[in-house]
Parts: sequence; C-alpha cells; structure tokens
Amino acid sequence: MAAVEKRIAGRSPTRLAMRRLRKNRLAIVGLGVVGIVVVVGLLPGLFAPHSFKEQYQSAESWQVAPFTTGKHLLGTDELGRDVLSRLIYGAGISLRVGVVGTGVAVFIGVLLGAIAGYVSGATDWLISRLTDTFFAFPSLLLAIGILAVFEKPTEVIIFAALGLVGWPGVARIVRGQVISLRDTEYVLAARALGQSNPAILLRHILPNCMGPIVVVATLMIAGNILAEAGLSFLGIGLPPPSPSWGRMLVDSKEHWPVMPWMGVLPGLAISATVLGFNLFGDGLRDAFDPRMKE
Amino acid sequence: MLSYAVQRLFGVIPVILLVTLIVFTLNALIPGDPGRIRLGQHADPSMVEAWNREHGYLDPFMVQYGRYLGNVLLHGDLGESDVKAGQRVSEVITGAFWLTLRLAIGSIFIAVMLGVGAGIISAVRSRTWLDYTSMVIAIIGVSMPVFWLGILMIIFAVPFLNENIPFLKLPFSGFHNTSWLDQVRSLALPCTALGLISSATIARLTRSAMLDVLTQDYVRTARAKGLRERVVILRHALRNAAIPIVTVVGNSFGYLLVGAVLTESVFALPGLGRTIVDSIIQRDRMVITGGILIMSVIFVVVNLLVDLSYGFFDPRVRHGRG
Repeated sequence: MAAVEKRIAGRSPTRLAMRRLRKNRLAIVGLGVVGIVVVVGLLPGLFAPHSFKEQYQSAESWQVAPFTTGKHLLGTDELGRDVLSRLIYGAGISLRVGVVGTGVAVFIGVLLGAIAGYVSGATDWLISRLTDTFFAFPSLLLAIGILAVFEKPTEVIIFAALGLVGWPGVARIVRGQVISLRDTEYVLAARALGQSNPAILLRHILPNCMGPIVVVATLMIAGNILAEAGLSFLGIGLPPPSPSWGRMLVDSKEHWPVMPWMGVLPGLAISATVLGFNLFGDGLRDAFDPRMKE
Repeated sequence: MLSYAVQRLFGVIPVILLVTLIVFTLNALIPGDPGRIRLGQHADPSMVEAWNREHGYLDPFMVQYGRYLGNVLLHGDLGESDVKAGQRVSEVITGAFWLTLRLAIGSIFIAVMLGVGAGIISAVRSRTWLDYTSMVIAIIGVSMPVFWLGILMIIFAVPFLNENIPFLKLPFSGFHNTSWLDQVRSLALPCTALGLISSATIARLTRSAMLDVLTQDYVRTARAKGLRERVVILRHALRNAAIPIVTVVGNSFGYLLVGAVLTESVFALPGLGRTIVDSIIQRDRMVITGGILIMSVIFVVVNLLVDLSYGFFDPRVRHGRG
C-alpha cells in the first residue's frame, strides 16, 4: 500500500514537469547562465577584482583595451574604471531590478486577478477594465512616464515602476486560471466543508495556478532586465556612477569609435543574461504545458 | 460583424478615457513649477503665483483634468510647452510623429517579411537544421536590446559598408532631411535594427501557430486530395494560422513604438520617443504627457484594428458565432 502511494506521489504534475525540464538541454543552459548571474550578482565583492567607481588614472590603467593587461582583464572605461568589476556589480542591479520588479508585478497581479476571477460580477468588471487600461500603454512608455515624476530614480522606484507596468499580464492569466478552477469538484468539496473564501483561494485554487505564474514570472524577469537597461540607456534610469549595464553603454557613447569594447561588453552582458532567463522560461513553459511538446 | 465592431469600439472609449486620466495624473505628479520655469529662477514669488493662477495651474486637479480633456477632445489641443513660450505641444509632436511613423512602418515591413517568412519555413521544415538555426537566431533576437544592435551597427557595420560600397554614404546618426535619398540613408539602419529585433518574436509565434495548424485534419485532407504542397501551406494552413500571426504583428507594432524610443536614442533621430525623453530631461511636462498620450492612443487604435481584422480572417467572428 505504501509503495503504491509513493508511486502516485512521484507522478505529481510538478514532478512530471521537472522531469521534462531536465531533459531540455537549452533550458539547462539557460539555468546555468541564470545561476552564474545570481551568484555573481548576489556576491559581487567576492568576484570583482576592483571597485566599480575607482578611477585609475595611471598610464597602464587609463582606457586600456580588454586582454591587454593582467591588471584589468576586460580593460577600463572612459574614466579609467575597471570594466569587469563594473559588469559584475551591474549584474547585481540587473538581478535585483529583474527579480524584485517582477515580484511586485506578481504580487499585484495575483491579488487582483484572483479576486476578479473568484468574486466575479461588478468587482470583476472593474478590475478587468483597470487591467485593460494598463494594457493600453506600451509598457516601457508607462515606465518612462512614471520615472519622469522622479528627479533621481533609485532602485526602489524602478522596482515600483516595473511592478506597476507588469501586473496586468499576471492578473489576466491568474483570473483565467481561477475562473477555470472555481467550479471544480475539489473546490466545491472545500466549500461544502465550510472553508472560508480566502482559505479556498490560498490553499486550493492558487497552488494549482503556480505553473503558469512561474512561467510568466521567469519571462518577465528577462523583460524587466531589458527594460531597466533601456531606461538607463535613455538616461532616465539609475544615475551615475551606477554600474547599470544600460548606463555603461550610454555613458561611453562619445568613445565608441576609439573604445569599441565599451559599446560591446555591457550589451553582451545584457543579452547573455536575458537569453539565460528566456531559455529557462521557455523550457519551463514547455515542461508545464506538455501540449507544446509533440 | 457590424455589432462586433460596434461593441469593440464602445469598449475602447472607457479605456481611452482612463488612459487620459492616468497620463494627466502623471502630469500633475511631475515636479516643476510652470510659472517658475516660464518666468525664470529670479522672478518674484508673487508674480509666479499670479502667473500660475492666471493659467489655471492652481485650480483643483479635476478642474484642470476636465479642461485638458475638453481641449484634447474638442480642439485636438494638447496645451502649450512649459519650456518654449508660445510653442503648442501638438506642433512639437506632429513633426516628430511623422518621423517615428516612417521608422515604424519601415521596421514593421522588414519584421513581417523576415519574421513570417522564417516562421513558415521553420514550421514546414520543422526539426531540421534550418528550423533549429532560425529559432536559435530568433531567441537571441528576442533577448538582445534593440539599442545594442544599433550600437553594433554604428561601431562595425557603418564603417565597413561605407568603405566597401562607395555610393552608400550611410550616416552614423541623425536625420538628414536634405534629399529623399538622404532620408532613406538616415532611416536605413534604424529600420533594419528595429525590424530585425521585432522579427524575432514574429518568427517564433508564426512557427508555433503554423505547427498547430499543420497537424490538423483539413491539412491532411488537402494533401490527400493531391494538392501541391505550396497550395496546402499558403492557402489551407497559413490562412488558418492568420489570426495568431496578425495578433502578434499588431502587438509587435506596439513594442515597435517602444523600440522606436530606444532606436531614436541610439541613432539620434528627432522622433516622438526622443522628443518625450528630451522633454523629461528639460522637465517640459506638457510635451511629456502629450507625447505619451499620443503614443498610447496609437497603440490602442492599432490593437482595435487587429481585433477588427479577426472578422476578415475568421468568418465565425464575422457572423457572430466566434
């Protein structure tokens, strides 16, 4: 009896999805990239050979190209700062903005989406119109508008802006999922047992929506990293001397012809990180939605 | 079809009204004292206040919003620039808008040709090296910021192309208005950069839409009837995959507008996006709000057109049975 139970337990949809995920080579590559960015971004001090804002003015450190001196592996920038160290500290910014910005969006989106789907009626109508309205803005444009309000944006403001911009996508998915689960037998059973509405939502419905939420969140992290890079590139993101990757690109603008590495390396860092999250997110989606595979 | 169209049209009205409210709220939150900006740092505070009162900046928020909305809806007037005296926001925006529109149309043309083409080929030749290669390129395209592609073009492609093709004379940046040929030269690289990046998403979704359709029974029937493969793909499969493809192309147009902001910034094109960003730096509230409002309304209208086009592609929608 115990053995049978164990076998059944071993085949939960999540476990099956994880098994499919492990077989997806591109997704594992993505996970590897994500892992590197997470470790480096969380502990930049451990990996960065220099400070991210120290300006080295000596002849052997001033605007040197990558791989020409052992002291600065990836060279130095237009102000003589170590590029590798700035890229490493920049990973932390990208990671925090990507993950926390997404967290804010997921929190608002799950809350409003779950209420809209579960309560229905006038509440649903109101929340859905609000969702439509936020969807009516091209997302980066709304973020630009929000950041315009602040003279000197901080990371927290960028988290909030990206959260405010990103929640409608989550809310729509959660609302759809909740509606499809609301009238299932196990929810009916929970209600018959006298459980309260919040308990039913939290314990029975939302855990069954986790797959799509995780997928959309992973891909949103990629989108938010791109968005932060774009905002910084436009000069309305984090102010200098922040080593944000988008900022590094735009600050070296005048120097691209003579220091091409400053136009290349930060962009490479952005693209590789976003690619990692995208590959992993795609893999998760395929794993949770077996229809996608064959 | 008519009732569907009317219903969608009426659905858009409250959304646009709410968009104006959000945009105007942002406008009110943006710091900066219009009177102070206009009269200068050393103006007498009482004069600044009088100026603000005269121009309605001290009225309650809802009164100001009502006036703004009235001017926008009745006269198409987006107000006056805070920074440049006498300059109407609509004038500032119109010129920039045409440039952004040309950039967007050029890019979407490249994006659709490349994206839909690559998507169809990938689906038809699915699980071959052709499919894998184009899909790997596509996911790299999705992950790459458009401004970085622009930078790479400026650093590497422009010098290389100009050196090897003498009559090309591509500019590094800026919009050169002197002749139509110069205009084409100025827009060639921005359109290519933005089009390439947008084509990646289109290619991925076209592929999956086509793969869905290609396994359907009617495609097998069409093949069994002995129709040529080209007819099966283009007439039977592509038509049925049209709705998701049109949706993604429509959505891409929206992202293209956003991408245009970034592209204009790399190539120093004085388009709408660039105008908005410059106004943020100059703290010109009315131009910021006007620009964001116009871009958002275009986005809403494009999405509406996409929805309405479903009726054209799918008779079930047309006859109200969708």
